[in-house]
Amino acid sequence: MTFVELLIGSFLSKHGIKGVFMTRASLKAIGRHIDLQILATSLLALLILLLTVKVYAQSPIIKIDGSSTVFPITEAMAEEFQTSKKGAVKVTVGISGTGGGFKKFCRGEIDIQDASRPIDAKEMEACKKAGIKYFELPVAYDALVVVVNPKADWVTAVTVEELKKMWEPAAQGKITKWNQVNPKWPDQPLKLYGPGADSGTFDYFTEAAVGKAKSSRGDYTASEDDNTIVTGVATDKYSIGYFGMSYYTENQKKLKAIAIINPKTLKPVMATKDTVEKGEYQPFSRPLFIYVSESSYKKPEVKEFVTFYLQSANQLVPEVKYIGLPEKAYKLGEEHLTKSKLGTKFGGHSEVGLKIEDLMKREGTL
Amino acid sequence: MQQEVRNRKRKDLIFALAGLFSLVFAICTLLVLVLDLWTTGFGRIDYNFLTSFPSRFPAKAGILSAWVGSLCVMLVTAFVAIPIGIAAGVYLEEYAPKNWLTTIIELNITNLAGIPSITFGLMALGLFVYKLQLGQSILTAGLTLALLILPIIIVTTRESIRAIPGTIREAAYAMGASKWQMIQHHLLPYSAGGIITGVIISLSRAIGETAPLITIGALTFIAFLPTSPILHEAPFISFQWLKDSFTVLPIQMFNWVSRPQAEFHVNAAATGLILLLLTLVMNGIAIAIRYRFRKKIKW
Repeated sequence: MTFVELLIGSFLSKHGIKGVFMTRASLKAIGRHIDLQILATSLLALLILLLTVKVYAQSPIIKIDGSSTVFPITEAMAEEFQTSKKGAVKVTVGISGTGGGFKKFCRGEIDIQDASRPIDAKEMEACKKAGIKYFELPVAYDALVVVVNPKADWVTAVTVEELKKMWEPAAQGKITKWNQVNPKWPDQPLKLYGPGADSGTFDYFTEAAVGKAKSSRGDYTASEDDNTIVTGVATDKYSIGYFGMSYYTENQKKLKAIAIINPKTLKPVMATKDTVEKGEYQPFSRPLFIYVSESSYKKPEVKEFVTFYLQSANQLVPEVKYIGLPEKAYKLGEEHLTKSKLGTKFGGHSEVGLKIEDLMKREGTL
Repeated sequence: MQQEVRNRKRKDLIFALAGLFSLVFAICTLLVLVLDLWTTGFGRIDYNFLTSFPSRFPAKAGILSAWVGSLCVMLVTAFVAIPIGIAAGVYLEEYAPKNWLTTIIELNITNLAGIPSITFGLMALGLFVYKLQLGQSILTAGLTLALLILPIIIVTTRESIRAIPGTIREAAYAMGASKWQMIQHHLLPYSAGGIITGVIISLSRAIGETAPLITIGALTFIAFLPTSPILHEAPFISFQWLKDSFTVLPIQMFNWVSRPQAEFHVNAAATGLILLLLTLVMNGIAIAIRYRFRKKIKW
């Protein structure tokens, strides 16, 4: 009889269960189970031991969710902030997409929302209903780059009209060849790659190129993973696609970026740090935002984090390969916070071709 | 006559070749996948990779919060799914009367085993996150995955119990055993091999699940571990970790795959390799247990 069997036997008899059916054989049978249980328990104990490594005491949590485009910036901020606080504050960052994030934000589930486009009218309505007030803070620039295969030697620049012709809903099933867009281009199939409809990048591109957010043809290869678009365009000579600038910077050898003809100056402009900052790369450079809930901002840890965000942006934003805003814009952001200037400056829709300083001077609406 | 025999032999050969081809095809696909992961990811796996939190620097980033999260979620899943699954299986097989109601239940359980996992995620979002207010926690994730694998455990439990000859049951009854004694002393020990195999295989399915966890809102960047279950003061045990936010290996991998930098893709491959290794180890344990139990059974 093993120790465990004895233990069981004594336990049962103590509780008035006489040893009538506690024959030696049945004890053995139970013992067999118990052996397994011991195994399981010891495994568990081991796990629990493992889990105790490097654990912090109960600490406040800042919940952030939203755009995957803004994620790398917020991730960098969260990383640095937590290191500087030595674990006294926890920060979690999710990637539900700009749309999915705003849903959570307006239900009051998260403190800060990453957004690659301004809040739209429906979302403003939802926030208003739930009584969620917010600060809108631009944190960086991103540029949308239109790319083709490196072998596509016929195209070096496009106009916004040409892009509209390719991508508008009316083009569906009709514009299928390059020369239908521009007669100088070859009589070859036109293959389109772009982000899926849940992404803020899609919203912004359609707004800027077609004129209405989310208005796009449906017969293109859509992917929520921009690397799929990279691979698609890199392997297909007659393809064209678009995505955020960092995906181009990392894949310059595989892709060819094309210049966009600025609708005002009519000059072809390539997407670079310089042209984006000067506001020449239009209409495809856009600001990225964080939205901070007013009630969360009253918590000291959130206040500290947001201030840290704005003050470290100039150093951390370029590090994760985004284009920083002018120093003044971050200062204005801090001012908005201290003077509690709430609300969005956009009134529910993206605006194309804005200078960030002009934007910040507007009055916000909730 | 001879012609006929030759024809049959040829058919036999054709089938054997087709079978061999299918096998080679399946193995090759798997092999290419593993080799690809191995060549890109293996060099990245070291002590630091396992003990660091995610970071914006690919070289500094690690999967500590992800694998701890995966383990915690699996722990909850196992705790919930195993007892309920086995008990339900035993009940359905041994106690439940055979009528139209049980037939419908049985049919539904078999059906549930084949339902896309994201459906479970949507259900969990509505039930656990919003109705029961459990939040986007380890508990919610564990319960969701438990529901996901419950049908598999029930079905395997029933199959293993059914494989035990009826004579064993009759012998136990003849000795005056009650139904529960018969189940406890005979059916469960004899079918343990099959049941445990089923449990482990279902757990190794659950560990790779991403879709339902993303649906309930699992997070991507977590640079801390769940609260310790052991406290330094009374009551010494804490279940706070059940309510903590978490991330898991497949989600961390998904996040890295979708980043622009190639270095992050290497991290993703390394994470995939770890996940593959975990599944392999779990399946290995399942095979070993089955072997041990089969050897032990002497009728």
